[in-house]
Amino acid sequence: MTRTDPARAVAKVLISAFLLVFAVFFVLPMLWLLLASTKSPADLIHGNPLSPGSLGSLVTNWQHLMSFQDGAVLTWMGNSVAYSAFSVALTLLVSIPAGYAMALMSFTGRRLLLIVTLVVMLMPGTALVLPIFLELSYVGLVNQAASVVLPMSFFPFGVYLTYIYFSTSVPGELLDAARLDGCGEGATFLRVALPLAKPVVALVAFFSFVTNWNNFFLPYVMLPDSDNYPMQVGLTQMLAATPTFNPVVGANAEVQPPELVLATLLSIAPVLLVFLFSQRFLVAGLTAGATKG
Amino acid sequence: MTGSRLRLSAGHVFVSGYVVLLVAFGIVPTVYALNLAFTDARGVFTGFDNFVRTAQDFRFLAAVEHVATYLVLWLVTLTVLVLLLALLVHRLTAGWSRAALRFVYYVPGALAGASSVLLWLFMLDPSVSPVDDLVRALWGETFVQVISPGHLPWIFTLIAFWTGAGGWIVVMYGALNTIPHQIMEAARVDGAGPVKIALRVQLPMLRKWIVYMLILSLAAGTQLFVEPQLVSQASFGVVGNDYSINQLAYLYAFNQNDFNGSAAIAVDLLIVALCCAGLFVARGGLFDTD
Repeated sequence: MTRTDPARAVAKVLISAFLLVFAVFFVLPMLWLLLASTKSPADLIHGNPLSPGSLGSLVTNWQHLMSFQDGAVLTWMGNSVAYSAFSVALTLLVSIPAGYAMALMSFTGRRLLLIVTLVVMLMPGTALVLPIFLELSYVGLVNQAASVVLPMSFFPFGVYLTYIYFSTSVPGELLDAARLDGCGEGATFLRVALPLAKPVVALVAFFSFVTNWNNFFLPYVMLPDSDNYPMQVGLTQMLAATPTFNPVVGANAEVQPPELVLATLLSIAPVLLVFLFSQRFLVAGLTAGATKG
Repeated sequence: MTGSRLRLSAGHVFVSGYVVLLVAFGIVPTVYALNLAFTDARGVFTGFDNFVRTAQDFRFLAAVEHVATYLVLWLVTLTVLVLLLALLVHRLTAGWSRAALRFVYYVPGALAGASSVLLWLFMLDPSVSPVDDLVRALWGETFVQVISPGHLPWIFTLIAFWTGAGGWIVVMYGALNTIPHQIMEAARVDGAGPVKIALRVQLPMLRKWIVYMLILSLAAGTQLFVEPQLVSQASFGVVGNDYSINQLAYLYAFNQNDFNGSAAIAVDLLIVALCCAGLFVARGGLFDTD
């Protein structure tokens, strides 16, 4: 099918150019972020945007960043780690058994639970943030870690992924055999099902971690106290102290633009690392259920 | 399992933890928000008063208009470009280039929330942007000119596309792979070119996924909050902090201490999200494993 047709050659070049333009569009901002963190404030404005700065500037930026509000950045990163870790643990603890039971056990209300899970899963998480705030402020739980950790642990998408996995990848006969051998329901789940479920546990943990780490609206509403901010909310406080975006701060501003760049980089580093190491695996999650129906 | 009376079984024990969270953070807040929306500060039933009052707020219609403009731009851009890019990547002959491009397009998906908005504030500031000439040509000489309210729907579309499109390209690419070879081959034998095949064979077979993408993006787009909130903060007053519907709900709760008004606006948004999700689940197809 290779005809040397000039129109075809032109089309090929155009398509390649189109795809490359978009590759640049997706990558360039990330690249700029890496380079900008190694520049002095003056260099950032007057130098070539895509030239590297120096290691010295990077170290200076880092030191300034760490001294911002007496090390607030480390507090915020620590909060992000804590909130995400607790939420992931709790999510796994409730989602894996629930998805397993919905796929392989029969009980009253199973179908209803499945439909409700699908509906809530398709709703954006932010839709419930203000109602949850109103609810938690009524019971006086606002401004505590629990007010973000508990809502984040409610992760219907994780239950759905587990349900899909157990309905498609684990044969029911295997579990029946275990039950015949005298395993109770609990033992069957722990000894037979769970060892087979490693891929889905990893997948749910990943999605739950990324969602929680990047969550902004929930902690923004629930945690008014700067000491409790996760990094995402802390960034907005740094933005307010940056002269480029807020001239009122004045010349002895607390945050210089390169430091804000470095803070942004720091805020995405954990998720980016996980992303780079597990991309193959992610696609499986994104297309879960695609082979069905 | 037949029987109208509730029988507790092992299954209930397994789902109990999840059900508790579902009730506490899915059902109760919804019911409580509804309750607040239909009552006043003293808890007296007021019918639709809160809905009428908030809808008549001069900021409300403006916010709806802002969000609607953004949604139209965002959904059209997303659909056209995602399908085009997925089809083109799918046609590439070299396997490594297909994998590399999908990965490159997908990486920004790691960013969300405040991080991605902050990064784009830098990208759009002509004094530091790596594409400053382009920004100046399109939107103005200074950062304040760039983020003037008329440009915002485009800017929010840009941010949303940059973080979200890659994931959908991967999904559509995967869906294109599931189209049987014989169908594509038959179309080629009939003399259809690549454009005709895309329009007549591939796109119709992706319909379910396109609807899925549109519904999820529509529901998420109506919730617009962090982008205008940060742009407002960075623009020192050029852009108000009441640009989107969710910001208005936030202001009602936190600035005016009017929880009933806030709940009414939150319920408005909740209904949109519920309708989107409910319609999709009711139509089924994608998630039927039973």
